[in-house]
Amino acid sequence: MKVLEKRLPNKRGYFGKFGGRFVPETLIPLLYELESAYLRIKKDPLFWKEWKSILQEYAGRPTPLYLAQNLSKYLGGHLKVYLKREDLLHTGAHKLNNTLGQVLLGKKMGKTRIIAETGAGQHGVATATACALLNMQCVVYMGAKDTERQALNVFRMQLLGAQVVPVYSGTQTLKDAINEALRDWVTNVKNTFYVIGSVVGPHPYPMMVRDFQSIIGLETKRQILKKERRLPDIILACVGGGSNAMGIFYPFVRESQVKLIGVEAAGLGLNSEHHSATLCRGEPGILHGMFTLLLQDKTGQIKGAHSIAPGLDYPGVGPEHTYFKEIGRAEYVSVTDKEALEAFQILSEIEGIIPALESAHAIAYLIKKAKELPSETIVVINLSGRGDKDVTSVKEYLEKNEKG
Amino acid sequence: MKRAKLLEKRIQFFKEKEEIALIPYLTCWDPDLKTTEAILWEMLEVNPVCIELGFPFSDPVADGPTIQKAIVRALAHQPTLEAFFEFVEGLISKGFSVPLVCMTYYNIIYHFGLERTVSYALDSGLSGFIIPDLPIEEAGPWLKANNKKGLATIFLVAPTSSEERVKKIAKKSTGFLYYVSLTGITGARERLPEDLIYRLTQIKNLSPVPVAVGFGISKSEHIKLLNPYADALVVGSAVVNIIEREAQRAPQAVKNFLKSLKNENS
Repeated sequence: MKVLEKRLPNKRGYFGKFGGRFVPETLIPLLYELESAYLRIKKDPLFWKEWKSILQEYAGRPTPLYLAQNLSKYLGGHLKVYLKREDLLHTGAHKLNNTLGQVLLGKKMGKTRIIAETGAGQHGVATATACALLNMQCVVYMGAKDTERQALNVFRMQLLGAQVVPVYSGTQTLKDAINEALRDWVTNVKNTFYVIGSVVGPHPYPMMVRDFQSIIGLETKRQILKKERRLPDIILACVGGGSNAMGIFYPFVRESQVKLIGVEAAGLGLNSEHHSATLCRGEPGILHGMFTLLLQDKTGQIKGAHSIAPGLDYPGVGPEHTYFKEIGRAEYVSVTDKEALEAFQILSEIEGIIPALESAHAIAYLIKKAKELPSETIVVINLSGRGDKDVTSVKEYLEKNEKG
Repeated sequence: MKRAKLLEKRIQFFKEKEEIALIPYLTCWDPDLKTTEAILWEMLEVNPVCIELGFPFSDPVADGPTIQKAIVRALAHQPTLEAFFEFVEGLISKGFSVPLVCMTYYNIIYHFGLERTVSYALDSGLSGFIIPDLPIEEAGPWLKANNKKGLATIFLVAPTSSEERVKKIAKKSTGFLYYVSLTGITGARERLPEDLIYRLTQIKNLSPVPVAVGFGISKSEHIKLLNPYADALVVGSAVVNIIEREAQRAPQAVKNFLKSLKNENS
């Protein structure tokens, strides 16, 4: 493994070779403004106090680090498997850590209008929630196909007072929603703050989202030291854009004895055209303001991604993950739709926890690998969200496959 | 002479003889390559100062609905950059005399290879590139690949760019500097921003290369208003709208439109 650079990202917004700020000139001055505003509040203890207080009093932090004894037993009894229960955070996923941070920052910067993109709707709901709480106007862009697949989340956002705008361009999914949000931002530069939902986009977003999500890893560290008096051996998290994984990895990045594993969606299989495994199968390129690994065809056109988990369905990935992969600090693997579905059912049955299909990918990987791991291995899985949102699609999938 | 310099000289020459310097835009392969070629030859009769030929990219963040739709139509032909350069080379070998610049997004060029793009472009006779998602901060590798080769790299400045940034960008821009008239994406507009003339005058004073203005320009009145303050005028979505409407009949219609823009103002 190569040595980690001291400052991540560097002054130009790069993690090694990856990251940067590849956006139209109109946005560059706004990104500088955002960066300096963020670096200012980063040193302001009052900002963090306010953010933490909302997370505690309103959103339910800290979330438990739960020793899943039934799952540990199911896997052979030689491991200790802990689940970091981000599914218990308000709105049902880790997304709120970031949206509360960014909306609060936007407010301090004097912005009055919040825009966001959403794929499955989790980030959209979390943004709409933060805007309702902090009294900001909220517009959420969502691929037209996703608005159909996730109609309930559209309604949730509307209940929370947000305006949901369906996007009909391109593949009509998350990547196109990001394009449209960027176009909105280019147009409404004065009063608008763009809340990005993952560790993607132009600098400073990957850094900022990582910092807000790092609360997951910081809590995990404190909790595991209290329970086990040592650090875990392995941390597992699913990776779409990569925010929940980065959130739990980052505070452990310089603890080289802790193995970090990100699990991507292999969809119908890595050799099929239908997967979202950007780190496993992508090639370097530029999309949404960043230089990172992407799913693209031989001419550099961006391909559509597929996963049964709508939150993993993205043809790019955060540049810091690409950097971790390149220097060997984290390992990135994948599991198929089918394996994730099995894990979804197993965790529901034996622990009484219905995980998000996204998080089920991390569990599926452990189920596959458990036998190879030595006794007394301590594994932490980031259970990034709850699966209520997925029950309809799982039901449909299972019924379809039973009929054969 | 290097191609960027030739382009600068040509724009200055238009200014001196008080000829309206139009830069029409069209997306290559929209609706098909044969029609693109026919439109280009018709455009020649209007003598534009330069033509912007778009190479389609799946995720065009700087473009509005009109050009997005053109890109979708073009992508249906699964275009490659090799085929694009071949097309340009074919035109120029047949005597196409107006400079052509390629407008595309950075991933297309990066994926093809920076040095390879420069060498293919030089061989084809293309004059340069406009890459809207490549700000000066990130342009180092591209400018290095093109160092002293003479292709124009046309950078954009926006209403949000500070005076200091305008200076920096103008210094790196070759061929001309592209002033984005408004905060927003490409697309025909009824009205242009009120402080546009003030900003244009300011930017022209700061720029060592000619300044073209684009985004939103769609009508004869816009040309009339801006021509005294800009060295060249980009007309994009208004042309693409005609191509969408007229499809294979577009060549004649585009020519007539450009002619009217030019004649009504000379």
